Amino acid sequence: MEPNGWQDAVFEALRRARIRQVGYVPDAGHARLIARAHAEADMRAVVLTTEEEGVALAAGAWLGGDRAVLLMQSSGVGNCVNMLSLPLNCRMPFLALVTMRGEWGEFNPWQVPMGNAAGPVLAAMGVLVRRVERAEDAAETVEGAAALAFDSAVPVAVLLAQRLIGAKVWVR
Amino acid sequence: MSEGQLDRRAAVAALLRDPGDLLVVTGLGGTTYDAGAAGDRPENFYLWGAMGAAAMVGLGLALARPARRVLVLTGDGEMLMGLGALATIAAQALPNLAVAVLDNGRFGETGAQLSHTARGTDLAAVARGCGWGRACTVAAAGDLEDLRLRLRNEPLFAVVRIAPEEAPRVLPPRDGALLHHRFRAALLGP
Repeated sequence: MEPNGWQDAVFEALRRARIRQVGYVPDAGHARLIARAHAEADMRAVVLTTEEEGVALAAGAWLGGDRAVLLMQSSGVGNCVNMLSLPLNCRMPFLALVTMRGEWGEFNPWQVPMGNAAGPVLAAMGVLVRRVERAEDAAETVEGAAALAFDSAVPVAVLLAQRLIGAKVWVR
Repeated sequence: MSEGQLDRRAAVAALLRDPGDLLVVTGLGGTTYDAGAAGDRPENFYLWGAMGAAAMVGLGLALARPARRVLVLTGDGEMLMGLGALATIAAQALPNLAVAVLDNGRFGETGAQLSHTARGTDLAAVARGCGWGRACTVAAAGDLEDLRLRLRNEPLFAVVRIAPEEAPRVLPPRDGALLHHRFRAALLGP
């Protein structure tokens, strides 16, 4: 695996937070984290068919004493909305890392509506939303979000700005 | 397909007999009431909402506690809303998780509208197609004891064909925070 500065730092933050289950719907912006989670003996990476499965997976993990994270793209936030009633109603921790599309240099207009709405939709459901714009802030923000989620038993989402990930190149 | 014949309360009571340290997750609606009627216990985690969540909650729990048996008990409507979970669970190939779907071919909570299983969907076949190595359908009361034992020992997906009649409401606790905290206390200690 090619080293990747901020993404490796985010992975180390998740490891320090004792994350054991990593549910994901693949996104190019999470590719490094997904590969590292699969390679990590103390983690179980779980590929999902849709993002709301990851909300339920995290609840089950917590019931069993494990900490989980959900990795998804902004388009997946819309799929999670009613499922968020589970951690909210049960007062369970929940942590998601969301790579943003449709907000900066986006080529595909189909990404724009949910990209634009992802933060407000999460906030409307009562999820605490944090945002990373600069690579040097990524690991610290994720570490703080994990502590907030698991120590205070609240749902937290970290939005990773599209500018940070880099706009997808469609025409090479 | 003809209607199922099994009485849902009797079927669930048979499947949950002698629960021991079995960890149980139920899907919203009828199966939550059935499990409550069979005997409330802290190791039962009842969903009252989040339709489609039951099987995936079972997966997270089974991954977290590999030395414990986990049984997901849900209905056909709840399973249909989270069908993708059957593929996600099969991909993890866990030995300690079983799923039993009480199938009456109805959305029982909302007026008993016919569900997809009454219109041709075979959930056991769906599970097999998703990669479950063991899937079965049980329609006779005489097969429930064998099913109980299999659900305690195998990574099995089972469809239990119950009659469409509604059973009297038996309401276990529905405060999610209470259910969560008592479950974790029973499993992990204070």
